[in-house]
Amino acid sequence: MAVPLAFFALFFAYPVAAIVGRGIKTDEGWQFGRIGEVLTRPDIADVLWFTTWQACASTALTLLIALPGAYVFARFEFPGKQLLRAVVTVPFVLPTVVVGTAFLALVGQGGLLDELWGVRLDTTVWAILLAHVFFNYAVVVRTVGGLWAQLDPRQEEAARVLGAGRFAAWRRVTLPALGPAVAAASLMVFLFTFTSFGVVQILGGPSYATLEVEVYRQTAQLLDLPTAAVLTMVQFVAVGLILGIHAWTVRRRETALRLVDPARTAHRPSGPGQRALLGGVLLTVALLIVAPLVVLVERSLDAPGGYGFGFYRALQDAGAGGGTFLVPPLEAVWNSLQYALAATAIALLIGGLAAAALTRRGGRFVRGFDALLMLPLGVSAVTVGFGFLITLDEPPLDLRTSWILVPLAQALVGVPFVVRTMLPVLRAVDGRLREAAAVLGASPLRAWREVDLPLVRRALLIAAGFAFAVSLGEFGATVFIARPDRPTLPVAVARLLGRAGEMNYGQAMALSTILMLVCAVSLLVLERLRPDKTSGEF
Amino acid sequence: MSTTKKIAGAALAAALGVSTLAACGGGKKDEGSAASGSPKSKTVTLVSHDSFNVTDTVLKEFEQQSGYTVKVLKSGDAGAALNQEILTKGSPRGDVFFGVDNTLLSRALDNGIFTPYESKGLADVKPEFVLDKEHRVTPIDSGDICVNYDKAYFADKKLAPPQTLDDLVKPEYKNLLVTENAATSSPGLGFLLASVGKYGEDGWKDYWTKLKANGVEVVDGWEQAYNQRFSGSAGGKKAKGDRPLVVSYASSPPAEVLYGEPQPAEAPTGVATGTCFRQVEFAGLLKGAKNEEGGKALIDFMVSKKFQEDMPLQMFVNPVTKDAKLPELFTKHGVVVEKPETVAPETIAKNREQWVKAWSSLVVK
Repeated sequence: MAVPLAFFALFFAYPVAAIVGRGIKTDEGWQFGRIGEVLTRPDIADVLWFTTWQACASTALTLLIALPGAYVFARFEFPGKQLLRAVVTVPFVLPTVVVGTAFLALVGQGGLLDELWGVRLDTTVWAILLAHVFFNYAVVVRTVGGLWAQLDPRQEEAARVLGAGRFAAWRRVTLPALGPAVAAASLMVFLFTFTSFGVVQILGGPSYATLEVEVYRQTAQLLDLPTAAVLTMVQFVAVGLILGIHAWTVRRRETALRLVDPARTAHRPSGPGQRALLGGVLLTVALLIVAPLVVLVERSLDAPGGYGFGFYRALQDAGAGGGTFLVPPLEAVWNSLQYALAATAIALLIGGLAAAALTRRGGRFVRGFDALLMLPLGVSAVTVGFGFLITLDEPPLDLRTSWILVPLAQALVGVPFVVRTMLPVLRAVDGRLREAAAVLGASPLRAWREVDLPLVRRALLIAAGFAFAVSLGEFGATVFIARPDRPTLPVAVARLLGRAGEMNYGQAMALSTILMLVCAVSLLVLERLRPDKTSGEF
Repeated sequence: MSTTKKIAGAALAAALGVSTLAACGGGKKDEGSAASGSPKSKTVTLVSHDSFNVTDTVLKEFEQQSGYTVKVLKSGDAGAALNQEILTKGSPRGDVFFGVDNTLLSRALDNGIFTPYESKGLADVKPEFVLDKEHRVTPIDSGDICVNYDKAYFADKKLAPPQTLDDLVKPEYKNLLVTENAATSSPGLGFLLASVGKYGEDGWKDYWTKLKANGVEVVDGWEQAYNQRFSGSAGGKKAKGDRPLVVSYASSPPAEVLYGEPQPAEAPTGVATGTCFRQVEFAGLLKGAKNEEGGKALIDFMVSKKFQEDMPLQMFVNPVTKDAKLPELFTKHGVVVEKPETVAPETIAKNREQWVKAWSSLVVK
């Protein structure tokens, strides 16, 4: 418990507090009056209003579109299911720089919708909402679907035998059991859309800004630290509230349900109704999730002189001809992998320790700690990045120009995923097994190796894979601290997109595709490792 | 409890193992320079924005001649990079900062992040670029933010492309221009300042009212404007961009040629030379620099002929020294902007925020 606490205090709480403090405290002391001042500004009120309602709308739309998907993934058996489940998760870990571009190609001008029906959604709020569905589809499918797959269908059947109608049985039996999972998923989607940054920046145009976008503008562009500090605090309170409710629903979900092996509940769809449902979900996934990804791949292959791997080959040559990039873009792939590996190790260490501590202790303090670990998901990367700058500036912690800062920042985002994945599994390990081993003469180390390790190994691997994928795609914090001689993949993509010319654009698309593939492969490996009996939240 | 410790121990061991591995791969370059047995002051650190670039061989030559090893830190766009310097004032991450331009110069100078240094090469710099008489900053490059046009579009329509700011509000160019948000994008701000330079502090709002009535579209950043919406760029063509006019740089046409595959004989885009705002970028020695001597040498190097002539193809900007020659790509496909609009840095500093706010409520809302 001490290690993760110290980690969070040093690399999260302290930097964030320092940068917020810098905004609110002047030479004349604390300026709490500024809070009211900022909050009553009409432009800020607009931002708050937009942030809230678009998050509500995005969450509702995501649930509407993804819940049928959750059902289909939970209850139906169909070829390619594992692959498809990995595919729908890809957007979740892709950097928005990449996806925004692909998404624009679909709903933007000259996109698929435009060509078919003359509908253009870019710079409208619909583009933002749809992109949010795209990003968060997997959250619902995994959180709700994971539980749905394990609900015993016989309970519903029993209710029907006792005379309940099909709908009444579902409403009285299945819905209450699913309720907490739906609530937890909704809150996660709400959290992610409330703090949305890249999507709103790229698709929303200048007239839309969320709190997160505004914090970025105020900090990075205008250097208006007081305003940024107040907005950060507002976001902090909101996120804290969301996480509080989330922790509460999660606890409710952990109350005993009769869970069964998902393999027993899933079946091939039968009858026209079920087939239509499956078809509808597959079509939605194809249009909403696969299509933008395909556009990305298509653009990366659309090299001058016909389709081919021209841009990919150029990736290898770039940089060799005089350092237009200081590093060849392919080296960025290697950099990303190294950073992600280090970040995963840190996230596993911190997250694993935290999950272990949370398993073994109860009480309000621990629950608070649980929520604390999730906070980095809801705090602006620019706040953390700038906080690092002004706090980690003295030996022995002058890490501002050290490579370790990148994996540290990425690990902050990875830890919540590790905790969420490990916690249910660790809680399920029966202490009596360990005692039995001890009675039989095993040393504590041996008991751990023989009992705990086999049980948590898969969860550990899944957590590692998730942290790895999230680290790979992390962009916000990295862009401020990535060393130029070692840019990560998303940073290299952004740099390529920042220059005129066909080769730059094409290479950005090719690099994005590579990033997407790396993410997809690590997720596919996770699918293979998914434990049968227990499922984490993701 | 003991299990917790065990898991912790194993995880720690694993983490350390991986970190060490990563460190081996990651730290190689540093170790190389440290292992050469030289003291710390042999490294000079340049802090800059994401667009900074220099040819490897040119930098190596400087390193060999001066004996310094150059480390470059890039952090975000120009505005974000400067703000980070202001935040770390007194305890800078490097010795020299490069990338503050005339639109942000006053913010840097008012915050006092630079130590004055009169570079040896300053005599070669064209005097119109020397905007700080105390030499806290040294001009390094200049570039023009201008409206670019899609040559093919105007040829097809048998319409003459616009040349001046006045042209842009004419009915024949209705719904053709896309520009960037002046609040978040430096070309966007540059274009706003071009209108201020041309029509004055009183007249620019009128101009933008007309421009808005004529269908100007505003997007958040240069990438969207240029790569998505502009029909003349390689990216825009693929994205089926429908705006043949975009606010970009005078050096964008040469870039379209250089990064074409195969390189076209002629640039697909042109520049409306009567719509330009001139940007000048500066470098300065950071106050509290650990290696002042190295920093000074680095600034001298940046105004040297070698670096100045390397810049155009690396950063798509123009040299500021008198004798630096432009590469053929620029002389052939670029344009010389004779009379760019300018606004004094002090005037910009005094009014920037209020102009951007007024602009936002006029154009964006």
